[in-house]
Amino acid sequence: MSAQPVAYMERTRRYYEAQGFEKPYQWAKPDEVPFTRPSGPLAESRLALISTASLHERHETDPRSVASGFIDQCPERLYANDLFWDRKATHLEDLNSYFPIDRLKTLVEQGRIGELTPRFHCVPTEYSQRRTIGIDAPEILTRCREDGADIALLVPL
Amino acid sequence: MCLVARHLEEAGIPTVILGSAIDIGMHCGAPRFVFTDFPLGNPAGRPFDAEMQLSIVESGIDLLEQATGPRAIARTPYAWGSDDWRREYMELRPQDANALKQQGEARRAMRAEMREARAS
Repeated sequence: MSAQPVAYMERTRRYYEAQGFEKPYQWAKPDEVPFTRPSGPLAESRLALISTASLHERHETDPRSVASGFIDQCPERLYANDLFWDRKATHLEDLNSYFPIDRLKTLVEQGRIGELTPRFHCVPTEYSQRRTIGIDAPEILTRCREDGADIALLVPL
Repeated sequence: MCLVARHLEEAGIPTVILGSAIDIGMHCGAPRFVFTDFPLGNPAGRPFDAEMQLSIVESGIDLLEQATGPRAIARTPYAWGSDDWRREYMELRPQDANALKQQGEARRAMRAEMREARAS
């Protein structure tokens, strides 16, 4: 019998409670989910890659904002010391395990997708949904449009 | 990340998320979600397994193409191996209770400091 997926929302709620937080974190719960079909063949589409990791080492108290890097000068690693992920079970020593840039380049070479946008983007996972909705998500959209992105691959840690 | 995906999708850019927290993805209304049942940290595949990583990313591209409506999910066939991580992640052990409370206090103090810094 296969194991059940971990219930992360419930586990996080209990964890915060054990830390003495009185108000549990509330994940956004939309009534309706937007949906757009690709406007053309993916083999002719330009893809933007978006991550929750950051370009530089970041402390929990540092100010956060959307940051972008160039695909052609892709760093060997990104940073996620301030994010929740399973440090005991795994590691982030392979960039492509959480930021699959080389795999995407292979799919471009194979003709499965057209090309990548010149930039990739790092979006902060803000505690504030208002900030994500009001500032960060529109900024990502602006940058995707500037780069002519047709489709986007989002990879949260 | 779902909020960003939804924003792009509303603006006419189709999105797909690769992730390992399927409950969050579904709750938050991910338009398309490729679920790999791994510990958090490697949503694009096991480290240094290029073949698996390529297959997971391809699943994302396939889902972009094939999904006919929102909340589309594809599940990849991979298993991590041992299942100990399922129990151990954020496990609340009685012997850690005091340490957790102290961590919480430190976090609250830090956030208060951040709020003050932003306000000034």
